[in-house]
Amino acid sequence: MINNLSGYFKQESLPHSLALYRIGFGILIMFSLVRFALNGWIETLYLEPDFHFSYYGFSWVKPIGVYTYIIFLICFCSALFVTIGYRYRYAIIILFLSFTYIELMDKTTYLNHYYLISCISFLMIFLPCSTYFSVDSGKNIKIPQWTIDSLKFLIIIVYIYAGLAKINSDWLIHAQPLKIWLRAKYTIPIIGETLLQKNFSYYLFSWGGMIYDCIIPFLLLYKRTRNFAFFMVIVFHIMTRILFPPIGMFPYIMIFSCIIFFDNDLHKKILDFIRSIFRFKITNNEKFISDPKSLIRNKLVIPILSAFFIIQILFPLRSILYPGELLWNEQGYRFSWRVMLIEKTGYTTFKVVDNSSNKFQLIDNMEFLTPFQEKQMSFQPDMILEYAHYLGDTFKKRGFNDVSVYADSYVTLNGRPSKRFIDPKVDLYKQKNDLKHKTWIIPIKDEIKSLL
Amino acid sequence: MRFNYLIILFFITLLSVSCTENDNNSSTDGYDRSSLLSNVVDNIMIPAHQNFDSQLELFESAVNSFGQDRSISNLELMQNQFIEAYKAWQHIEMFNIGYAEEIFYASKMNIYPANITRITQNINSENVDLDGNSNQFSAQGFPAVDYLLFGLGETNEQILNVYDTDNNLTFGYLNFLVSKMVNNTNSVINYWEINRQSFINSTGNTSTSSLNKLANDFVYFYEKGLRANKIGIPAGVWSGQLPQNVEAYYKSDISKILAIEALQASADFFKGIHFGESQTNGEGLYDYLAYLDDTNYSDSSMFIGLEDDIIDSFDNSMIKINLLNDNFALQIETDNMKMLEAYDAIQQGVVRLKTNMLSILGIAVDYYDADGD
Repeated sequence: MINNLSGYFKQESLPHSLALYRIGFGILIMFSLVRFALNGWIETLYLEPDFHFSYYGFSWVKPIGVYTYIIFLICFCSALFVTIGYRYRYAIIILFLSFTYIELMDKTTYLNHYYLISCISFLMIFLPCSTYFSVDSGKNIKIPQWTIDSLKFLIIIVYIYAGLAKINSDWLIHAQPLKIWLRAKYTIPIIGETLLQKNFSYYLFSWGGMIYDCIIPFLLLYKRTRNFAFFMVIVFHIMTRILFPPIGMFPYIMIFSCIIFFDNDLHKKILDFIRSIFRFKITNNEKFISDPKSLIRNKLVIPILSAFFIIQILFPLRSILYPGELLWNEQGYRFSWRVMLIEKTGYTTFKVVDNSSNKFQLIDNMEFLTPFQEKQMSFQPDMILEYAHYLGDTFKKRGFNDVSVYADSYVTLNGRPSKRFIDPKVDLYKQKNDLKHKTWIIPIKDEIKSLL
Repeated sequence: MRFNYLIILFFITLLSVSCTENDNNSSTDGYDRSSLLSNVVDNIMIPAHQNFDSQLELFESAVNSFGQDRSISNLELMQNQFIEAYKAWQHIEMFNIGYAEEIFYASKMNIYPANITRITQNINSENVDLDGNSNQFSAQGFPAVDYLLFGLGETNEQILNVYDTDNNLTFGYLNFLVSKMVNNTNSVINYWEINRQSFINSTGNTSTSSLNKLANDFVYFYEKGLRANKIGIPAGVWSGQLPQNVEAYYKSDISKILAIEALQASADFFKGIHFGESQTNGEGLYDYLAYLDDTNYSDSSMFIGLEDDIIDSFDNSMIKINLLNDNFALQIETDNMKMLEAYDAIQQGVVRLKTNMLSILGIAVDYYDADGD
């Protein structure tokens, strides 16, 4: 066993796979950032709001006024340097830090694929992606096979958890939320008025999606099924792009990432193709020497990445630690590859009370939040609490004494009738903003059976 | 895998980026959105506008008669016709779409409380521009006219006296306001006559599609125009009590009548009841929801269905408003608890419309833009 393992870590491969991945990843990030900026989202999501929702422990990460543009610029430049492979190690560290900073600035914009990009870029810090086809590259050396496999492993984790999360009664038995979403897509050509209006389609898409997520990693791993699997990857993700336009860049990142599962031969062909388009001259011959010592010199790399993967495996399971219904309470919901799982809408207003004079004020959320922030806050308990604290602090400054904050909150989940969400008698200002179970969420009576 | 095959797939991927939804086609989700739209447009929205227009023109001619003969009886005629026009207005404020939205029609017609300082300034200055500046919203429309017809004195004799003694400046401003209201209304009706068909044909589900706009504006009117402006703000739900902020503060005893008109208009719109014919029921949001809502969760077995639940909340709100004094300002000063109860009843409707209804219709709240997963 030990021998097998150390034998595995000595296996070598040609460097084309990681080189191609580095280039494609950099280009996708640059494209995402440009799209983000052109949509005006830097302003609407980070500059216009007065208040930002923070992740637990990261309240110090905030937009920094007009300098926020510089963070995006730094991120873009580092992605460019990653793409061309110039000072790769520094570039990828800066890419990881700047992208993660952007992601952490406001919880409102949480997206699973932003988190995925952070994870991939963290992993890539430790991988020899720039030994070949880059400005940095020197002599042609082989790279350890495990460095390629680690990327595959991360993708496998994402798919498996996304699949397991879909094994719940709303998704499989009620075909929700796809029923609500697909039925509203009647303007899509050909299938909109036909397939998407049939009850069996919602079940087909729900079950299909679950099965796809659970088995596609294995189909990609085996050579005999790989071509078919990749075809399915493209069909599936393009479908999600057409059906759910707001899903943004996610499909492209997944499709591209799955190319890593192919043999080095294909990656070499793609690189040769790029070379022929840009008429790069082949400066060095395609002979690769084995030089295991020149790469991964630091003995800490494997322990760090082992820890990283253990966290990747355990972290999505943390929802088990919380009592109550996960889809309703959303405790341990983020960073767990739960994608497109719920149709949840809330309506939450607040009352701030001055207990010393019994004076109170109801809050017009528009005074403090953008419409997007208000929408996201209205059904997510941790955001409701953080906002309640912000309101309490604000009214203390405005002269309220002995402040209490109460929420009047209603939420609908996957087409259920809206129910009261937060205990209206609980003073949220007195509740600590921590990771403990939130006892002031009124439980949903309807049981949703689920695997995770 | 052959490499060429990969390139082809790559281009398919690129192509799909440019694949966008088509708005103006006749696609449906099995439910016929165009029949809902044509019912709302032809049997509710346009008739309500025409009715409002004729009431407003009757009011305008009463103003003209008063201009020629400043008598108590002409003042009273003008006052009575004002009330009729104000009631008719309650049926169209929710249709803040297209040209109406472009010219801030609803804001120019009904932002209250009226700004008396600015009105007095306007009366005494030449060449007032009511369109260029949003600060002028509260110096025109119904609230300003309410002040000019009822607020200039304690009795009608005193009011008449103001019109007799100030060299026509006050009457000039009144006349100016009314003609602006008539002109804006005519332009809006004209817009609907031209765009009626294309509005009905826009059956898609994008932020610019007709039903998405109608539903969003309806919810906005119910939440803001009815719940907040007519009840919540004067009753002090958000801050202190502001009895002077009730609708038609100077006429004073019609705030309840106007609120009931607005609630009735909301319920009729939701059900699809033809304007002016309470017995004729066409397709409305009610029918669309009944078509889409097939709640089958275990704890929902006792649930009557969203569409009827919403009707219940309208009925309940109507009961609570009916308990109020004709004069909301008086109600607030004597027993504000009843106002707050009416607010709570309407609030239940807002919750259902804003969360459940929009969620089940698959209609996004229309004022933000970001990725989601």
